[in-house]
Amino acid sequence: MNEKREQSVLVQRSWMVAAQKIGAPLISAALAVVVGSFIIWASGYDPRAAFIALWEGSFGSPKAIGDTLLKATPLILTGLAVAYGFRAGLFNIGAEGQLFLGGLAATWLGLSLAGLPWFLLIPLMLLASMLAGAAWAFVPAILKARIGAHEVITTMMFTYIGRYLVSYLVIGPLKAPGQIPQTAELPGAGQLSRIQALFSEATLASFEFLKLGRGHLGIVVAVIAAVLVWFVLKHTTLGYENRAVGFNPWASQTAGISVQSTTVKALCISGGLAGLAGSTEVMGVHHRLFDQFSSGFGFTGIAVALLAKNHPIGVIPAALLFGALAAGAGRMQFQADVPQKIVLIIQALVIFFVAAEEIVLWLIRRRQKEAVSHAG
Amino acid sequence: MPVLELREVTKAFPGVLANDRVSLVLEKGEIVALLGENGAGKSTVMNVVYGLLSPDGGEVLMDGRPARIKSPRQAIDLGIGMVHQHFMLVEPLTVTENIVLGREPGRFGAIDFATARRRVEELSLRYGLKVDPDARIIDLPVGMQQRVEILKALYQGARVLILDEPTAVLTPQEVRELFSVIRSLVDEGLSVVFITHKLEEVMAVADRIIVMRAGRVVGETSPEKTDDVGLARLMVGRDVVLRIEKTTKPTCGDTVLHVEDLRVRSDRGLEAVAGVTFSVCGGEIVAVAGVSGNGQTELVESIVGLRRPLAGTILLKGVDITRADARTSIEAGLSHIPEDRHRRGLILQFDLAENLVLGDHRVPPYAKGPLMRPGQVGAMAATRIADYDIRTPSAGVLAGNLSGGNQQKLVVAREIGRDPELLVAAQPTRGLDVGAIEFVHRQILAARESGKAVLLVSLELEEVLSLADRVLVMYEGRIVKELASGEADAETLGYYMTGGGGEKLSAQELQAPTHGGNA
Repeated sequence: MNEKREQSVLVQRSWMVAAQKIGAPLISAALAVVVGSFIIWASGYDPRAAFIALWEGSFGSPKAIGDTLLKATPLILTGLAVAYGFRAGLFNIGAEGQLFLGGLAATWLGLSLAGLPWFLLIPLMLLASMLAGAAWAFVPAILKARIGAHEVITTMMFTYIGRYLVSYLVIGPLKAPGQIPQTAELPGAGQLSRIQALFSEATLASFEFLKLGRGHLGIVVAVIAAVLVWFVLKHTTLGYENRAVGFNPWASQTAGISVQSTTVKALCISGGLAGLAGSTEVMGVHHRLFDQFSSGFGFTGIAVALLAKNHPIGVIPAALLFGALAAGAGRMQFQADVPQKIVLIIQALVIFFVAAEEIVLWLIRRRQKEAVSHAG
Repeated sequence: MPVLELREVTKAFPGVLANDRVSLVLEKGEIVALLGENGAGKSTVMNVVYGLLSPDGGEVLMDGRPARIKSPRQAIDLGIGMVHQHFMLVEPLTVTENIVLGREPGRFGAIDFATARRRVEELSLRYGLKVDPDARIIDLPVGMQQRVEILKALYQGARVLILDEPTAVLTPQEVRELFSVIRSLVDEGLSVVFITHKLEEVMAVADRIIVMRAGRVVGETSPEKTDDVGLARLMVGRDVVLRIEKTTKPTCGDTVLHVEDLRVRSDRGLEAVAGVTFSVCGGEIVAVAGVSGNGQTELVESIVGLRRPLAGTILLKGVDITRADARTSIEAGLSHIPEDRHRRGLILQFDLAENLVLGDHRVPPYAKGPLMRPGQVGAMAATRIADYDIRTPSAGVLAGNLSGGNQQKLVVAREIGRDPELLVAAQPTRGLDVGAIEFVHRQILAARESGKAVLLVSLELEEVLSLADRVLVMYEGRIVKELASGEADAETLGYYMTGGGGEKLSAQELQAPTHGGNA
C-alpha cells in the first residue's frame, strides 16, 4: 500500500512537471500583460487602446502577421542558439557577435559569387553563415574547454570584435560607392524571397491570408532549424551527450563522455545557429550589410530561450511573442499614441516574470498543495 | 513526567505524508533510538521538534507543557539541541569561536574570549568530550568536529540532544568513542534521541528503540527484548537477510585486473596512492578496506579512467588501461559503481531509461551511427527495471524522483547489467537501508558467481567481511595487509586500518604524506 502511494506520487509529479513547463511561461506572459497595462494606465495612456493597437499591428492583418514573422525569424535562430548552449550548461551570451559574422560571411559570399543560380547560391550563403558563426564561437569554446575561461566573458568580448569588424568593413573594404556606409546589394539569386512573391496575383486575390507583406522565406529556414535542433537533442548521441553534460558533467565524465569535446561542439553549434540568423536577416530583409543590421537579436535571443525553457520547439512561440511585440510597437505609437518604448517595458516584464519563475511556481505549487491536502 | 513528548505529530509534503500521527515520549536520562529506513520520517519528525519544520497537526510538549517551536532559536531556548548529519561549523574559526558563536560572552560588542575558552574547557571536562579549544575546525578530523557540535549544543544549554545519523561519517573507533560520550551525557541527566538506520548501533547504545516505517511509529522495544533480525523485520516490514552467506568457494579464473606499483596524486598534489600492487581474478571479490581518505578514492579513480596515475601499470585482461580515459575503460569491459551516486552515478534530471543507457549510449544496439534507438533503449530499460526490481511506475520517471535505494538499484542495474569483465564498486551501499543493502549485496555476489572480477572499496567493515574473498587493508596510500576472508574479523581489520601494522613501515615510508580525516 505504501508502494502504491509512492507510485502515485511519482506519476503526479511527472504531470506536475509537464504542467509547470508549459503553464509557467504562459502565466508569466499573462502577468506581464497585466502589470504592463497598469504601467500604461499609470503613465496616462489607455491600456485597452494600446493592446488593441499592439494586436492589430502584430496579428490583425496578413501584412501584420508578415511583420511579426519577419521579426520572429532571427529571434527563433538566436533563441535556438542560446537554448542549445544552455542545454550543455553553457551561456552563449555572444550570439549577437556570431550573428554579425554570419551576416558578413553570407554577404561576402553572395557578392563574390554573384553569377551562381539561386539554388546553389542560397544554400552556400546559409552554410557559410553557419560556419562563420561557429568559427566565431570556436575560440571561446577552446578557451573554455582547455583552460576554463568563462564563456560569458569570452563570447561577449568576441561580440565587440565582430561588430566592430563589420563596422570597419562596411566603411572600408566592402563599402559600396556612395555616401552611406553599406555594402552593395546582393544579387537576386542570393536573396530570400518574400512569401507573397511565390504566389500569382490571382492566387493572392483569392487567398488574402497569403499577403504576408515583408514576411520572407527565412521563417521556413528558422522553423526547419528548430525541428532539426529538437531532433538532434532528442534522438542523436550528440544531443544526448549535450544534455548529459549540461545536467551533470561529473556523471557524464564518469560514463566516458568527454566534457571538453562536448563543450566545444555545443558552443560551435550554438554559434552556427546564431550565424544563420545573420544570413537570413541580410538575405531576407536588408539584402545588403551595414553595421546596424541587427537590432540586438542576439541578446533578445537569450530572453527567447529563457521563455522557451530552452526547448527548441518552444523557441518558436516565444520568438513569435517577442516578434509580435516588436512588430506591433509602431502601430501602438501612431494609433493609440502610446510611446513605442512601452513595448520594451512589456518585454522586460515578460523576462522578469520568467526569471522570477519561482514566484509563479510558488503560486502553482500552493494550489497543488491545497488540492493534495483536500484529496488527502 | 517525560522531558519531551510528541502527540500525534503529522507533517505532509506535497504528495507525501512524511509523518502520520507520530507519538513518542523521551524520559530524563534516557537514550532513545529512532530507527527506520531512509524516508521513514525519522529526520522529519525531529526537524519538527527542532523548529525547522512546522507540523500540520499534533503537538510537541516540553516538560509537560505544550511548546510552539517555530525556529531552532526557540528550540535551543527550550533546551533542545540537534546535531545534523552535515555539520554546521565555520571551518576557519577555532573550536571555542564556533561553540560560542551566536551566544558570545562579553559586552559592548567585545567578546570575552578568556571566559568563553574557560567555559568550553569546563564543559569538555565535565562530559569527557576531549577537544583542543584553540584548534581550528578545518584541521580537526570528522569525529572531533562532531564533538564540537555536541559541545556547542551543551554550551547552549541543551537538556535534550538530537543526533541525526551521527555515525554515518565516523570510523569504527570514533563510533565507540561517541557511544561512551553519549552514555556520559545521560549519566549527567541529559536525554538523547539517536536517529539511525543501523541495527548494530541501536543494539549497542539504546535504552529504548522506536521503529518508524513509512511515516508511522510501527513498534517500540528495547535491546533486551529483541535482536537484529527482529528489528530488521519491524523496520522493513518483511524478513531480511542481514549477512548473506556465500555458498560457493571463489573460483579464481584468469587474472582480470592487475595493478602494479601504482602511484596516484590527490587533488591537493599529495601522493595519495603510494605504490600499490594487487590482482583480482574472475569469480572473486577483493575488498579494499580502510578509513576514509587513505587513498581509496584516488585508487578507484585511476583504475576507472578518471584520474591519470603518476606511475605504475593497470592491466585489464592483459590490456594496458593505465592512461585510458573512462570511455576506453568502459569499452574494455569495466563497470564502475561510483561512491557518490548523485554526483557521478546518475543524471537526476534524466529519466530511468536515459540513465540506464548512460555509458552505452553510443554503441549498438542502443545507437546506430549518430542516432539513438529509443526502441532498443526502452526495451533494455524495461528488462533492467524488472530484473533489478526498481520500483517505479514507468521508465519515463526522472531519476531524481526515486528514493535513495531505488536510485542505487538503478546504478547497479546499469553497471552489472552491462555484463562487464570487472566491476569496481565504491561504497555501493552508502546511505542505504538494510533492505536495499541486502539487494545490492546479492547482486554483487551474483556477479561473482557468474565469473566476474569484483573490486569492492568500502568503509563498512560489515560489508567487507560479508562479501570479500580477500581483503586488502589500505593505510596512507599503501596496502599494509592482505587477509583471506577466513582470517579477517572486525578487530584485525580495525587494527591495520588505523596504522596498527606501523612497525612494518620503513623510515622512508614514514615520511610519506599523511591524510587527516578532513581530506
